[in-house]
Amino acid sequence: MTKNLKRLDLIFKNEGDSEAILGKTLARSNEELISDLIASGLKGRGGAGFPTGLKWRLAADDKADEKFIICNADEGEPGTFKDREILTSVPHKVLAGMAVCARIINCRQGFIYLRQEYTYLVPHLNNAIEEFHQLMKKFEVDFQVEIFMGSGAYICGEETALFESMEGKRGEPRNKPPYPTNFGYKGKPTVINNVETLAHTYSIFKYGPEKFRDLGVKDSRGSKVFSVSGDTPIPGIYELEFGMTLQKFVDDFGDGDAKAVQVGGAAGFCVPRKRFEKTIIGYQGKLTGVSLPTGGSMMIFNSSRSMYNVLHNYLDFFVEESCGQCTPCRVGTQQLLMGIQAVKRGERPSTYLDKLLGLAEVMRVTAKCGLGQSVANSFSSIVENFKEEMIY
Amino acid sequence: MSSQVTLKIDSISVSVKQGTSLLDAARSINIKIPTLCHHEDLCVAGNCRVCMVEQKGSDRLLPACAIPASDGMEIHTNSMKVRNARKQILELLVSEHRAECTTCYKSGNCELQELSHEYILGENAFINLIPFKEYTIDYYSPSIIKDDSKCIRCQRCVRTCDQLQNIGALTVSKKGSEMKISTFFEKPIYQVVCTNCGQCVNRCPTGALTEKNYVEEVWSAINDEKKYVVVQTAPAVRIALGEALGIDPGEIVTGKMVTALRRLGFNSVLDTDFTADLTIIEEGHELLQRLKKVLKDKDKNVRLPMTTSCSPGWIKFIEHIFPDFLPNLSSAKSPQQMFGALAKTFFANKIGVDPASMVSVSVMPCTAKKFEANRPEMYSSGYQDVDYVLTTRELALMIKQAGIDFKSLADDNYDSIMGESSGAAVIFGATGGVMEAALRTVYEVVTGREVPFEGLNITPVRGMEGVREATLKIDKALPEWDFLEGVEVKTCVAHGLANAKRVMESVRDGSSNYHFIEIMACPGGCLGGGGQPIPTSPEIRNARSSAIYREDTLKTIRKSHENPEVVKVYKEFLGEPLGHESHRLLHTHYTPRERY
Repeated sequence: MTKNLKRLDLIFKNEGDSEAILGKTLARSNEELISDLIASGLKGRGGAGFPTGLKWRLAADDKADEKFIICNADEGEPGTFKDREILTSVPHKVLAGMAVCARIINCRQGFIYLRQEYTYLVPHLNNAIEEFHQLMKKFEVDFQVEIFMGSGAYICGEETALFESMEGKRGEPRNKPPYPTNFGYKGKPTVINNVETLAHTYSIFKYGPEKFRDLGVKDSRGSKVFSVSGDTPIPGIYELEFGMTLQKFVDDFGDGDAKAVQVGGAAGFCVPRKRFEKTIIGYQGKLTGVSLPTGGSMMIFNSSRSMYNVLHNYLDFFVEESCGQCTPCRVGTQQLLMGIQAVKRGERPSTYLDKLLGLAEVMRVTAKCGLGQSVANSFSSIVENFKEEMIY
Repeated sequence: MSSQVTLKIDSISVSVKQGTSLLDAARSINIKIPTLCHHEDLCVAGNCRVCMVEQKGSDRLLPACAIPASDGMEIHTNSMKVRNARKQILELLVSEHRAECTTCYKSGNCELQELSHEYILGENAFINLIPFKEYTIDYYSPSIIKDDSKCIRCQRCVRTCDQLQNIGALTVSKKGSEMKISTFFEKPIYQVVCTNCGQCVNRCPTGALTEKNYVEEVWSAINDEKKYVVVQTAPAVRIALGEALGIDPGEIVTGKMVTALRRLGFNSVLDTDFTADLTIIEEGHELLQRLKKVLKDKDKNVRLPMTTSCSPGWIKFIEHIFPDFLPNLSSAKSPQQMFGALAKTFFANKIGVDPASMVSVSVMPCTAKKFEANRPEMYSSGYQDVDYVLTTRELALMIKQAGIDFKSLADDNYDSIMGESSGAAVIFGATGGVMEAALRTVYEVVTGREVPFEGLNITPVRGMEGVREATLKIDKALPEWDFLEGVEVKTCVAHGLANAKRVMESVRDGSSNYHFIEIMACPGGCLGGGGQPIPTSPEIRNARSSAIYREDTLKTIRKSHENPEVVKVYKEFLGEPLGHESHRLLHTHYTPRERY
């Protein structure tokens, strides 16, 4: 089952009714709201695709006296630039989502963890937060939101590294379990959601879960904001329904010569032309529409591009952005990079690529966090589909 | 019971307490899962990924050290997937490690080497990363050498320095391929707040952190016919040396060690325990003097509590972190330095050797002693009092180099004049030992009677609890000490600098009111010192501790003031405790240091 490419305007539409919607939502019971979220089928738009309603319920079930809700705005995935647009256009939706979550899980403090490069957004966001605090006062809700600035490390978009960073430590992912809903920021139960996820919760509370669920296919419900870049005449941010084939996407956004699309950024998968027709953009199967840490990146490459250079570029990125604590990620990324260089220069036989594919697979099953685990996505999908370009 | 979970590991059913890691669950049924970043003394890191195991139904592997066992799990520790991952992870580690195993100081006692030997058959398929990187080797400290090219980033040292010692001299800097273990502003170790305790060295799984060794210097001295080489051995060496020479932890090898030292060619084989007894006399009298000045004379210039001063890691710690408490430190030198000062004066004179031609070597369980011997204050004899400090490990190396079959050696006794010691001196090697030894003497000086504990065993100050308190009531004091009548002497014992910090903070904020505090920088005291055989663990330290207290009970003399050679040195040379000669040779002063 595939869907036609359908452009939507749920996220960015601003009808000026947010106070009424928030008031109406807060008047409903926690159980109703969580049921709605679960019924909507909303999954985290940050990468891992964890069901949002379930996440909130897990945090609500923990009886700790102090809890937190954090909006993850550390949008660091190469090729992703949609969260900053959401925070620019509709910050009140994100804040409203946080307020509803706070009420449900019983927390008084929220944070927006903002990517360092988005410092320019701070005055704008603080205005929105100021208005939001007035609204909270009006609704007699004891909930405050603060901005916490990141320091520029990709890894801090990983939720547990983000907590460490907020606690003033090195941004290094923690062992899981325990999970954030029980042991998050400052060791307290914490809901951490991507910017877009929170904005979607607003839409669900406004329009009801059915309308959201009607969009998309199977396990991929609703719409998704995509950052479209690369060899396209119309780069930009687009809200599209889940479930379209990559072929339909390329027909609409490509320049007529697309040979591959990198779905989900450096941590995502590369899909070659021959598989466009069979690839559905969504959470099903191997291919996801999103990827860690902030998804929705669609990079189109036409036939003038060297996929070796594309991969080299991604690996350069990982070699630098790995936190360095776990072996497979720290050393593995270096070996993958130096390995493809050695094959290209003829210093290692082409069969060495098989050794590297094996290494990528080991990294996928042994790395401590999503970063190291997902290096294999781009590495294997590019090497397997464009082997000649790696060698010659 | 609900607090138990049952799972299967390699098809063997096992029940463990809830919260037990998969690693410990496997160990409980004698399945060994290899580890590198894991250490029993430290928190779980889950960094190296060597301990990965497979759970049935799970695509990704699990780090056994970091995942708690849960009901119904089916774990495989040796599946193809596990073996393949483990081997590749080891290959990765080796690819960023300067593997010069034939010349490496740590060879033969290297966990990476051992695992590579087990898992890597043949040449490493990955690219050797070493030639593509720049590494620093920091060999400027007198105690510790840090070679980044051998580091596998397991962060054991970082966790040791932070959790056990609360120092944070070592930390992680940079990220990705440049991530490394570094210091404040990447300064050399000797320029940062490092106590030289060497606990990091004890826990480093490779040759990245080692003690600076002086083996060649000592061989040269021994082989120089113009030199007269004396050696002293610390209390904690004799109960651990065997471990480095194929003997189980907890065996006392004093006699064999003495034989071995003679065989190595040392001219006089003497005992730090002798000056440990002397320390008790000096420090004990200093305590009594302070008590008198504070309690009787109401002298505001004299500080209590008095703290011990024999652990050089602790000394450097207090100089950096609590410099305002330096007046609380006993001015008594450590036994090593008392020994050094006497060796080139009293002893040289006795045996008719020119102190200029004397080389004084000490064997210590400690890396900070190397720093201590180099302190500018330690020249009381007119020469450097102690020339070279060897760790227990270095001595073991020399014994191996000399081709001595240690296990088969016959026992021998120390030379006389500075070789006799009491049980009180032996227990210096364990946390609480200095306190116990001091109390045995002080109580007797004040009351004329032995401490009121069965067999002189002051058990309340013993044990492995991080901070221990004990009170000793003075009963029927002699007339000279009547001001102490009925006084409850409050004592405190702490080991590991994190615990030392807690105690000193309680002193600073007034929440404690101790008279006397013993602090040892290392966990377990000297027996767990940074110069002791590797590995270390709570179990090993307990075995060493039992050996120390066993050695104490085997001694005919149990109290420092009854050591006949100590009595003699006062009669013939020093005069009286805290006297002029004592002050010149056996006491010192301390230097406030920066916190950064």
